[in-house]
Amino acid sequence: MNPNELKRLAPAPRAAASSKLAAAGLSDAAARGGLLDVALATVGSPLGDLLIAVTPRGLARLAFDLESRDDVLGELADRLSPRILESAAVTADWRRELEEYFDGQRIRFGLRVDRRLLSPFVRRVMDETARVPFGRTTTYGAVAGRIGHPRAARAVGTALGSNPIPVVLPCHRVLRAGGSLGGYAGGLDRKTILLSLEGALTL
Amino acid sequence: METSVPPFQDFLEANRAMVHRFLTVAVGPLEADDCFQETFLSALKAYPRLANGDRLDRWVLRIASRKAIDHHRITGRRAVPTDRLPERPATDAEPSGGDDPLWTAVRNLPPRQRVAVVHRHVLDRSYEEIAELMGTSQDAARASVHQGTKRLRELMR
Repeated sequence: MNPNELKRLAPAPRAAASSKLAAAGLSDAAARGGLLDVALATVGSPLGDLLIAVTPRGLARLAFDLESRDDVLGELADRLSPRILESAAVTADWRRELEEYFDGQRIRFGLRVDRRLLSPFVRRVMDETARVPFGRTTTYGAVAGRIGHPRAARAVGTALGSNPIPVVLPCHRVLRAGGSLGGYAGGLDRKTILLSLEGALTL
Repeated sequence: METSVPPFQDFLEANRAMVHRFLTVAVGPLEADDCFQETFLSALKAYPRLANGDRLDRWVLRIASRKAIDHHRITGRRAVPTDRLPERPATDAEPSGGDDPLWTAVRNLPPRQRVAVVHRHVLDRSYEEIAELMGTSQDAARASVHQGTKRLRELMR
């Protein structure tokens, strides 16, 4: 008997398939055991696929598909925890709220947000931005004024551009004075789609 | 240069097929999923304390080897002396693989021999690696592989 015959007891292609199923069950057990620090999922949307990262504190990250998945996961591993797993169960509530929003069934997100990836300045900018309701817009200068730095419109733009949770923290509602769109880290096409969805743009 | 620890999802993707393949032969197909989950949960528990992302395949296979041997110890019918190779065969909870004589032969190997043989002949690991994976000397690893292989040959005759 040739000991290499043992390989046929567990052919590599079968191991690939059965380990995929076993791995899918892992995240539920990890979450039950309190071992899942960051749960990942992908949500389809009019903006393309969105990668979301949910921690026990709430939604920490939303990335458009123009960002590399490796970069996003690497940042999460460095800044939050390397215990990152895909999990349909843990992300279910956030996936549902996002789907409702894109279906026009929701104008406000009710679940918690984990703001650990926001610097203190970005938090202040986002707090002001979050006061702008669905369907309305403001300007970089107005946000700068409300946080007490009326001449910091450019810094506000930079802060909005670093938003780790776009869509949910509605940086798309901030435009340039005079009505032009200004910038958007996800590209102006996405900003236009979001503002149209909210009825804030008349095209 | 030490490499940083990758996101667990990437680590899982890179190693899941190898670990499952190892466990399928080391504990049997029916028990492999449970041992797989225990292995990766143990890894997940220890993961934030890992300082170095090098050779994580060896790290997780070492955990899987322990789980496989523990599994046989727990499901074994008799107490096993811890300081020497057990003489009794490893026991799968239920016979797996039907009447395949090769499965029957594998099931009749003592746990440590079975694990060593799988590392060597299913995963093609070197004796140096097998020693590290099983926490023994290289000579002991070589002896386990050779005794296990010899026994398989006898059982298959």
